Amino acid sequence: MNAWVTSLRAIVLREALRFIHQRERLIAALVRPMVWLLVFAAGFRAALGLSIIPPYQTYITYETYIVPGLCGMILLFNGMQSSLSLVYDREMGSMKLLLTSPLPRGWLLFCKLVGSTMISVLQVYAFLAIAAGFGITMPGWGYVTVLPALLVAGLMLGALGLVLSSLVKQLENFAGVMNFVIFPMFFLSSALYPLWKMAESSELLHDICAVNPFTHAVELIRFALYLQFNGAALGWTCLAAAIFTGAALLGYDPARTRMGRKT
Amino acid sequence: MIRIAAALALMAPAALAGEIWVTNEKDNTISVISTETLEVIQTYETGERPRGIIFSRDYSRVYICASDSNAVQVMDPETGKILHDLPSGDDPEQFVLHPNDRHLYIANEDDAITTVVDTETRKVIAQIDVGVEPEGMAVSPDGKIVITTSETTNMAHWIDTETQELFANTLVDSRPRHAEFVKDGTEMWVSSEIGGTITVFDVADQSEKAKIAFEVQGVHPDRVQPVGFEFTAGDSHAFVALGPSNHVAVVNAETYEVEDYILVGRRVWHMDFNADRSLLFTTNGVSGDVTVIDVAARKAIKSIKVGRFPWGAAFRPTN
Repeated sequence: MNAWVTSLRAIVLREALRFIHQRERLIAALVRPMVWLLVFAAGFRAALGLSIIPPYQTYITYETYIVPGLCGMILLFNGMQSSLSLVYDREMGSMKLLLTSPLPRGWLLFCKLVGSTMISVLQVYAFLAIAAGFGITMPGWGYVTVLPALLVAGLMLGALGLVLSSLVKQLENFAGVMNFVIFPMFFLSSALYPLWKMAESSELLHDICAVNPFTHAVELIRFALYLQFNGAALGWTCLAAAIFTGAALLGYDPARTRMGRKT
Repeated sequence: MIRIAAALALMAPAALAGEIWVTNEKDNTISVISTETLEVIQTYETGERPRGIIFSRDYSRVYICASDSNAVQVMDPETGKILHDLPSGDDPEQFVLHPNDRHLYIANEDDAITTVVDTETRKVIAQIDVGVEPEGMAVSPDGKIVITTSETTNMAHWIDTETQELFANTLVDSRPRHAEFVKDGTEMWVSSEIGGTITVFDVADQSEKAKIAFEVQGVHPDRVQPVGFEFTAGDSHAFVALGPSNHVAVVNAETYEVEDYILVGRRVWHMDFNADRSLLFTTNGVSGDVTVIDVAARKAIKSIKVGRFPWGAAFRPTN
């Protein structure tokens, strides 16, 4: 049991150290959503239209609407970033070292997932603090109730990153992940526009957004920020997390994968 | 000690209990909102196109300008029954109740007159010629002066309530909509919808004291149209409805500076406070709802669906 905790601590610490030593990564992680919040959202201030949807009880500015989506964006990009680092680890050989540990591979991957999620959640809080500095605030307790939602969403998106890292052979191929996973996932969700707005332009777009697990992660965060529980969003996010984790375990199974055959 | 605290805790919310009565211009109804639950608890039928609404001093009667019925209706707020109509002149829009609790001063938009009605004898006691399309009405706390603003003449008309005659006319910016006396009647404020300003007058000599302009970020200036406004406890701040800009401005009544803008529903028109003035209820005509603003936090906390085109709002304590 002790070895399990030691491995968890070591992997989480390694993630934290790596993050601390890459200050530009923190800055980049914060600049990206801030640009969306202060530049993109400013231009679309009046474009959202007027319809009160849960969890909101009154009219909100677009800046306020977009905040949960940008929290999700941080988690999404970080999940991908950590999968990118796994590809790098594989190229550098440090992954081999990690996976030769006597502990179950599933546990090691879970530790990796926890480490990257912690880093993501910290970044989300830094972003929320900066947003509050610009006057975009949530209910006080919302900053507390959002924590479990961020953890669940972070684990789900981190697990997706693990799946991708098991499929991507080389760092160079990662650009494809940006184009075919991150951007569609982000844009085809409720992060930037509510689903009813999507339905106005196309029912198909709306349906795609509705099945996108990122939409449910964003809605889970949105409701939690306003002290409300969204059971459906939690259910879908957990289901997606379970599927991605299963796929990641399968992807990293030495008996089945290309990587396994190589080692 | 605990018992006293418990009793006080029980008494505190009861002391603040009340309702906001909202006239729905297109539905010919009044929606009654509880200031505790922030929900519509009752809907009453009225005459056609209800707009201005005001309670008698003891809250036993509610007066409603039923504009298209050309009448001021008197309703029993306990039952919602229309007791009788008062003669009002054509197209009554806004009115004020004199501090004597008896005389209603009514703006007759189509006739360019202000009609004075005695609510006891139910008779018109005076009709005063004012500018074209009178709308905004205000009465000084001592009851000596009544103001009528005329939308097309762009003037505030000062009426001496003893003689029922005009004693001054002052120019304001385009389409004045609403007027209020503040600071114990030493100042009088008039909002100008098209001009986009509020003009502050010194009541002593009817001279212009200040002019307040508004600028909402991201909203075209043409859409920033001040209409109704109300003052917080102690007249320290004014909350001003800015019409189709969908914002309420918070104005410091000492410095005349705009301190904040609060997003509310579409085409915000009039408003009223709850008992302790901690909550403000704004009528949003186009979106058909009432937005509740936390006055201390200066934040909209909820929007409540009412009838179509809510217009006027008036508070009534329920205990």
